Amino acid sequence: MKLKNTLENYIFILPAVSIFAVFYVIPFVWVFQLGLYEWDGISFTRVFVGLQNFKEIFLQDKNWWQSIWNAGYITLIALTFQNILAFMLAWACDREIKMKNFYRVIFFIPPVLSEVVVGMAWRFIINDIDGANVINRTLVQMGLGQFAHNWLSDPNTALTTVAVIHCWKGFGWGFLIFLAGLQTIPRELYEAARVDGASAWQSFRKITIPLMIPVMVLVAILTVLGTMQVFVLIVSLVGGEFAGHTSVPVLRILASMRGSSRFGYACAQGITFGMILIIISFIQYRFSKKGQ
Amino acid sequence: MLFKNVLLSVFLCFTILGCSGSGSDSKSGITVWHWMTDRDSSFQELGKRYEALTGTKVNFELYAPSDAYSQKIRAAGQGTNLPDIFGILGEKRDFASFIKAGHILDLTSYMEANNNSWKNSFFAKALAVNEFGAGNTYGIKPGIFGAPIDVMTIQMVYNKKLFSQLGLNPNQPPKTLKDFLEIGPKVKAAGMQGLVSGWGEVWLIDCLANNYAFNIMGKEKVLATIRGEVAYTDPDWIKVLTVFKDMKESGILAQGIVTMINKSAEQLFANEKAVFAFNGSWCVNVYKGMNPNLEYGAMLPPVASEKYPMAIWGGAGSSFMVNARSKNKEEAVKFLTWLTSQEQQAYLAQATNNLPANKSSLSRIPDILAQFSRGVDNATHPNVWGVSEFSLVIEALDRGIQSIIIGEKTPEQVASEVQKIKEREMAKKKY
Repeated sequence: MKLKNTLENYIFILPAVSIFAVFYVIPFVWVFQLGLYEWDGISFTRVFVGLQNFKEIFLQDKNWWQSIWNAGYITLIALTFQNILAFMLAWACDREIKMKNFYRVIFFIPPVLSEVVVGMAWRFIINDIDGANVINRTLVQMGLGQFAHNWLSDPNTALTTVAVIHCWKGFGWGFLIFLAGLQTIPRELYEAARVDGASAWQSFRKITIPLMIPVMVLVAILTVLGTMQVFVLIVSLVGGEFAGHTSVPVLRILASMRGSSRFGYACAQGITFGMILIIISFIQYRFSKKGQ
Repeated sequence: MLFKNVLLSVFLCFTILGCSGSGSDSKSGITVWHWMTDRDSSFQELGKRYEALTGTKVNFELYAPSDAYSQKIRAAGQGTNLPDIFGILGEKRDFASFIKAGHILDLTSYMEANNNSWKNSFFAKALAVNEFGAGNTYGIKPGIFGAPIDVMTIQMVYNKKLFSQLGLNPNQPPKTLKDFLEIGPKVKAAGMQGLVSGWGEVWLIDCLANNYAFNIMGKEKVLATIRGEVAYTDPDWIKVLTVFKDMKESGILAQGIVTMINKSAEQLFANEKAVFAFNGSWCVNVYKGMNPNLEYGAMLPPVASEKYPMAIWGGAGSSFMVNARSKNKEEAVKFLTWLTSQEQQAYLAQATNNLPANKSSLSRIPDILAQFSRGVDNATHPNVWGVSEFSLVIEALDRGIQSIIIGEKTPEQVASEVQKIKEREMAKKKY
């Protein structure tokens, strides 16, 4: 009877396990395996090269590390500027302010837009040849005409411009999660603090921040994972890697697959990138644990 | 209960497996996969005509964009479920890999039947892209492995109205690089944009760089460079890279050209904001859609040297291959023969504004397309050179040119960097 029950339970989970294995586990193992081969993605035969692909990534591929650096820079801006903005807006909307539901909807519009649409729209807004050139015109009207230039085609500003647009697109996710987190904080805590004579700043520092740390960690991890993998926005804003200035890891992986037909190398890059993301997330998690 | 669940699971498994099907056998008739959004309705119409004529149904299936299509045929190749007819996007080495994997039927015997009648109907340069000659470096048995559907050339176009506004003769586009560069200050003074092109997507940079390499040092030296016999630091290559520096300094390049996507470049030219564009013959259809009244002409890139002729990229625009594993391969070849015959090619050229691959259909094309077709005489393409440059070297060259245009690096620096990568890749190949 017990055996029958056990068997029945296994049969129930078999379809889900099979689908998980076929679509997640097996491809994951294959990617690892392919990283050890030289393969063009077409031939039925592959050449085993051992750790050669990884050696090339770590010792020779400067473009790869430049792309990691660029993605790290965008992530840093997203972690600070985007998340602080998201938190402040969520905090404001958690208070009793007028039209807070309207703001909630407005703030959540950018994240639901397609990255291609966002890229094309912002390209139109800031491009000075075929676009509305809004930013440069505003700068000129403010008497800051010396700062007006082609933001996306200047190597000094291209990546920062991309990062800011990415933040504009992404802050809505953080806003929603922060808002949900803020609403879980019992109001009685604030009332008790007020009775004890705590100022608004003290309540924020002593109640809101400590109770929001787990949410902040979650948002930070999601920001790192989402931002490090940005690429569609870059393609629609600047067409590609712009002499390496807007190169990011996913674009490098795509270049290895499509441009060079080096599927094995692309898989090795994917594994390396995945490991980097796991390590960063782990460090963030440990760091937050210590903070708590 | 348990029995029912097991039965349901088995049923679901078979349903999922049954849905997967196979590319070539899931539908009756001939299945063709393509990525050409602009030509899909014309293909569908031709498919109907063929069915009316022969009773064989032709299913044209569109998979766009081209990147997604490219991945789809690779995946289908791995699963050996490619359709009866398909096209390949990519470099010659990708084409060779498909042949080596046994996916592509050798069309030589069909092409040469009846005194080469099918073969002779094409422009030789269009067919060359689908040919592997004797002693090719890809290790492919010599033969013809695809049929060109249309021809393309990548040239420059100029706006005649803006030419007049600049005080230039609209019927005399610049022939030398010196004349071309002299237009730069005039364009700037008039507040116009000079040359636009999709150089953010880099491959068009590679194309123009190769044009000037052929013009400055000749085909043999370019091929010798690819074989590793001439260094990229050679003075002639420095001259090629300097062309881009000179263009930038003269003001002939549009602002932000290094991050421009070709669609934006096409819009700028069609909206009469740019004087020149570097684009392929497909632009005729694009410009017609964006601005039917646009007055423009086609021209070869202005020569930097009189020593060698200017070569432009051209040849087969798109080609179709027959799946060697298809049960319908004979039918597929018959359909391709029909599709590339004079009547169908003329229909495609008129409906889609692309240059026909069939020579005898040329008399029925619009004037601007005829101007592009004259460039076929100067056409070359990496796919017909018989040797391929390492993709990392091409990437370094393209990125380097972007760096030159934004003033970040000198031609000498770029040449040196490209050569280092070339040497590294050559050493790896030997190893």
